[in-house]
Amino acid sequence: MTATVPDNQQLAYVAAKAADARVNVEFESEGMTLNIGPQHPATHGTLRIVAKLDGEQVVSCEPIPGYMHRGYEKLTEVRTYPQVTTLVNRLDWVGSFANEVPFILAAEKLMDVEAPPRAQHIRTILFEMSRLANIVLFLGDLGAQMGGVTAVFYGFRDREFVLNQIEAVTGGRFHPNFDRIGGIKDDLPKGWIAETKVAMDKVLAFCDQIEDLLIGNEIFQMRARGVGVIPADIALSYGLSGANLRASGVDWDTRRDNCAPGLVYDKVDWKVITHPDGDSFARCWVRLQEVRESAKICQQLLDTIPAGPIMAKVPRIIKVPEGEAYVETENPLGVMGYYVVSKGELTPFRVKIRTPSFNNISVVPWVAKGVYVPDVITILASLYFILGDIDK
Amino acid sequence: MTTVATILGDVTPSYWQSTLLRVLIVGIVVPTGALVLAIAFLFKVMAWMQSRLGPYEAGPKGLLQLVAEVGKWLQKEDLVPQGADRIVFKAAPFVILASTFLLYAALPTGPDPAWATSLPTGIYFVLAVGSISVIGVLMAGWASANKYALIGGIRAAGQLIAYELPMVLAAVGVVVLSGSLNLQEIVMAQTQFHAFGDWGPALPFIVVQLPLFVVFMAAVQAELSQSPFDMPIAESEIVSGYQVEYSGFRFLVFFLAEFATAFGFAAIVSTLFLGGWYLPIGLDLDSPLWYVLGPIILFTKIMIVSFIVFWVRFSYPRFREDQLQKLAWKWMIPISLAWITVTSVAVVVWQ
Amino acid sequence: MPKLPGLIKGLGVTFGEMVQTLKPDRMGGGPVTVQYPHEKEEPTPRARGVIALHEENCTACMLCARECPDWCIYIEGHKYLAPPRREGGKPRQKNALDRFSIDFSLCMFCGICVEVCPFDALFWSPEFEFSEVKIADLLHDKTRLGEWMETVPDFEPYEAGSEAKVKKVPARP
Repeated sequence: MTATVPDNQQLAYVAAKAADARVNVEFESEGMTLNIGPQHPATHGTLRIVAKLDGEQVVSCEPIPGYMHRGYEKLTEVRTYPQVTTLVNRLDWVGSFANEVPFILAAEKLMDVEAPPRAQHIRTILFEMSRLANIVLFLGDLGAQMGGVTAVFYGFRDREFVLNQIEAVTGGRFHPNFDRIGGIKDDLPKGWIAETKVAMDKVLAFCDQIEDLLIGNEIFQMRARGVGVIPADIALSYGLSGANLRASGVDWDTRRDNCAPGLVYDKVDWKVITHPDGDSFARCWVRLQEVRESAKICQQLLDTIPAGPIMAKVPRIIKVPEGEAYVETENPLGVMGYYVVSKGELTPFRVKIRTPSFNNISVVPWVAKGVYVPDVITILASLYFILGDIDK
Repeated sequence: MTTVATILGDVTPSYWQSTLLRVLIVGIVVPTGALVLAIAFLFKVMAWMQSRLGPYEAGPKGLLQLVAEVGKWLQKEDLVPQGADRIVFKAAPFVILASTFLLYAALPTGPDPAWATSLPTGIYFVLAVGSISVIGVLMAGWASANKYALIGGIRAAGQLIAYELPMVLAAVGVVVLSGSLNLQEIVMAQTQFHAFGDWGPALPFIVVQLPLFVVFMAAVQAELSQSPFDMPIAESEIVSGYQVEYSGFRFLVFFLAEFATAFGFAAIVSTLFLGGWYLPIGLDLDSPLWYVLGPIILFTKIMIVSFIVFWVRFSYPRFREDQLQKLAWKWMIPISLAWITVTSVAVVVWQ
Repeated sequence: MPKLPGLIKGLGVTFGEMVQTLKPDRMGGGPVTVQYPHEKEEPTPRARGVIALHEENCTACMLCARECPDWCIYIEGHKYLAPPRREGGKPRQKNALDRFSIDFSLCMFCGICVEVCPFDALFWSPEFEFSEVKIADLLHDKTRLGEWMETVPDFEPYEAGSEAKVKKVPARP
């Protein structure tokens, strides 16, 4: 494409621009420019935040993602549907089954195939379990960001029970690669339901423990209440989703309001939890209650798995017919959507991935004006993003 | 040094010999105290509270881990950042270490202390010397030529100076009760302290000074830069704060200074509030058994106080800098002043 | 002034954990740590540790090599003429496997190869301790993949209500 411009000339041009940019960032304003990241314990991965400080107050703050860009949307153009499912696991790597679900649902919509009820049920259970794994890690990590180090260990310890159950059925703890167009890959091994119920009890006990240790701790509340307030209209205009949106008082949950066919939330008795405040404490509190709701949803679903096949009749080599479909689901981090355009071939023509964390950090410049440096960390911790999700 | 003299027989050491002996003992006791605290609390108790085992491979049950740690730090490359002020950078850890060593000069471990003097201005000297470390922290933060270190150093300076005052005021209550600044006299006063009438054993000052004990413990926590007051070394924000550019032996000096100071302050707390080297076990104060029992009792009390300090460290998230300052100025100082007034009135009324 | 209860409860949680960790095993306590080289945890039978090859079933159809997202399976085969099954029949053309290697330094452990194999020649084994010093040693050839077959566990029975049939691992030679 750039065959007419010699390589070293282009390189020099780019280098000059980069040097200019660096100088501008460093000397543009009075006060100090602090680079939080890309290598930093506080950001969940390689996120760079350029904060211009005046003493300890932030004058302006800009997140610079892209240090982990892996080219997912381009990769999907040359991978078959099962291969894309494998890749897509690695977007939000903490609750990874949840990434496969909207993609598979979009492909099923294009193929006009419906998974049998047992498969839908098990899919929903695993979806909720990935939510548990993700948010339990969030709660533990909250301790790490705030300074209470013991919470991390409790979080990882109790997450192990959920991950062991996911491994027992799918074979992989972090990258299950279990969803298939038309159903799921394999059925549940004997004894899984009883063991998973035990894991749910452990997660509920963990919630109580974290409430006593961290969320109910007055120091934590002093750090988090009133910090990083995002009003509902700002949250909606920036495209926040998930617990961030519900913590600002907006009553929207894709599982209830826009549920994709293929997940069985209408058969379960559960509540959507909102909080009117919109500050960091609200976001943490909402996520804690969501873990409890998730565990209860899982327990109800485990009791009512219907018998039947786990795979609909689909051809061996899958060629999705022409068309486009957009499906979004309520992932642990927020609303994740896949816009799949197919031209009838083995591989998708184009997949656009709407990831929740990308929108979640877009609000950081707005919300981090005038706060202290420790508050920036609190805000980032409570907004909760995973780098793989931002950078794709 | 008369105790050592009586134990060794009729040997009267000269001034230089006794000084050398004292320096050696301090040189052994201070690092040992620091290392005992580090291995017991930082590694093991922290691990138990987090449902894990801590270091287990080095030595039996992992107790020799610190030997490995010391060796590891010593063999690291000694870096001085390029833009750093070399002399100030290299001197900063040793300033902090100096303040730590000076702290141990005033601690009594027995009726006639083997290696500490009975300083007439005991507690005042201790608190004054404890504030030298602020200079060391500022030196480290500035000379590192690193924005993170600078932020950490300035936060530390603000915090340490703010918490000096509650510490001093909390100690004043004890001073009023015992009538002397001398730490040895304070312990002696606790051997005679019968707060609720003449029956029962002698009580340590904590029973009537509980609010001041809490304030003092919080101030000690802040002076040691432990959670919830560890803004200067806020690990998840400014990654070690003022210590971020230090490696190798200099970092080891920081580490040692921190834990040796913790040991020293825990000793001060035990002396002021818990009765120091004395336990009311009916043993006459003139008995030579106190030379052995005294240090052991003091050590036990140090361990208890350190356990509380580290327990709080592992359980609480950290304060923000302005909340920290508000806590010191708006809450701790008024409470200490109020309780000092109550104590003074009580002393005048009942004695 | 912060109310005390939350702070005290937090201290209680950590103290309780410490007591729980120090309780001996027979009283239900103990840490969660598994002291790895000395004690090992058993992974579940379905755990995706390493891929094993049952060479007799493989016909070098190349489906696994084609479907692998990383292209880490290297297969070479040749066709040969096998004697006819009956007298006077045509000689049958069969595939023979020359080379079947999986490069585990590239493998994503996704399982697509195991899933698409039409002849049930690939199996998952929960063995995971096969780290090497040199990266080139992570290329497992046919023999080594055959050795992994010994570690493949039997397929487990399914939960009640399942209509799936339990597959069988071919008998080891």
